[in-house]
Amino acid sequence: MTAETALAPKHSPRDYKSDIKPVWCPGCGDYSVLGSITKAFSELNLDPENVAVISGIGCSSRIPAYTDCYGFHGVHGRSLPLAAGLKVARPDMTVLVASGDGDGFSIGGNHFMHACRRNVDLTYVVMDNRVYGMTKGQASPTTEPDWDNALTPGGSGISPFRPLVIALAAGANFIARGFSGDQNGTAKLLKEAIEHPGFSFVQILSPCVTFRPDQKTWKDDVHDAAVDPTDEIGRAARRLMTDDGFNTGVLYKGEREAFQPPIGEATATVADLEGKFAL
Amino acid sequence: MSTLDINNIGEFLAHAHALEAEAASQYADLAEQMEVHNNTEVAELFHKLAEIEGKHIGKIDDKAGDTPIPHIPPWEYKWEGGQSPEAVVDMDAHYMMTPHHALRMSLKAEERAADFFQRIADNTTDEEVRSLSAEMAEEERDHIKWLNEWLKKYPEPENGWDEDMDPPMLQE
Ligand SMILES: Cc1ncc(C[n+]2csc(CCOP(=O)(O)OP(=O)(O)O)c2C)c(N)n1
Ligand code: SF4
Repeated sequence: MTAETALAPKHSPRDYKSDIKPVWCPGCGDYSVLGSITKAFSELNLDPENVAVISGIGCSSRIPAYTDCYGFHGVHGRSLPLAAGLKVARPDMTVLVASGDGDGFSIGGNHFMHACRRNVDLTYVVMDNRVYGMTKGQASPTTEPDWDNALTPGGSGISPFRPLVIALAAGANFIARGFSGDQNGTAKLLKEAIEHPGFSFVQILSPCVTFRPDQKTWKDDVHDAAVDPTDEIGRAARRLMTDDGFNTGVLYKGEREAFQPPIGEATATVADLEGKFAL
Repeated sequence: MSTLDINNIGEFLAHAHALEAEAASQYADLAEQMEVHNNTEVAELFHKLAEIEGKHIGKIDDKAGDTPIPHIPPWEYKWEGGQSPEAVVDMDAHYMMTPHHALRMSLKAEERAADFFQRIADNTTDEEVRSLSAEMAEEERDHIKWLNEWLKKYPEPENGWDEDMDPPMLQE
């Protein structure tokens, strides 16, 4: 018997990778996040035809091209409404949304809050590198105020957005933080996030080695959260308000019921709908 | 460093197989990354390393014979720090890296792998695990010797090896 025993998952992580070669910079944390995603899918025994990966725009948002399942590389900041529409229409599918801190918290910030509030059963993965990587290094909502670079001399001076706190206040049902340098630990977090009903938000600290080489030290900064996940919102709020930004693990696991409107009979075909948009 | 106790041949083979498979897949990924960035010399080197690791997987499967190998979720292996010891630190990759850098990366990974197998051999109570793990440690040490030889051909490049007068753009 070889290593592929009867107990092994049906599909290996590699089965979820497409043949398209990523164009990320070598060293980018997003490679490892892609590995965590495919490992989580494999351990969940998901059939690729029952999975969709949806994204907006950014280096991190390229993930749908690199996964071999359904995918949609959408418009900047608009991945969440796309994904929510898909999930309510096809609740049988596993829908994972991939984003960056620019895509998710700047242009897509409003969608983020309302997706937490709606609590559709989605997993929202934000690869946070505290910079706009794709457009060559502008400060993002999570950038430190004193990050001094050519585009923001002396730093932006603006206090950073705190996505986990916002997610909790807005109603997300699962909140976790991972680190791309811990591919296996992050795969475990993603598996839990996908299994948990409702809107699961996972921030993954994923260094941009090109525009934020200083983030290479994150491997020394991250640490396991010293406490177990809580379902008590007050305790989670205190924990997240005093968080140093480098605690990893599941930080909140709520019990809200996922939003799923009843699915009625189709009233039109896709061709009918397309007809309405024809010029 | 914590002790490693693997006292069951199935569990040992699962670890050995995963360690080599992960290394092979990582080298193949790195080779692809270098191809995308037109660093053909290093791409070729990573392909070669992937091929070597691929042969090790075959060897482990041969040794396994009819022994059932349990499936272990990636986060439940007994790796120190959560990642396979033979995994290279991909944050160290650079699109302009030279064979010297690639071989150094690989050398560190092989050293961790040799240490991993040696620690199992030193701690296990199972004779079959001990002998197989000692054999694997020896093999990893052979690779270390061979990588060191290879490195002599590629001395450390001078500072400035990563300066690019025309850096790549990614825009959408
Ligand atoms: C409507 C619109 N506005 C602006 C842009 C330019 N743009 C592309 S990606 C990006 C930011 C990406 O940053 P982030 O989401 O953090 O992803 P990263 O590249 O760092 O992974 C911007 C502003 C765009 N493509 N579309
Ligand atoms: S620019 Fe930054 S985020 Fe984009 S691929 Fe390169 S390292 Fe990754």
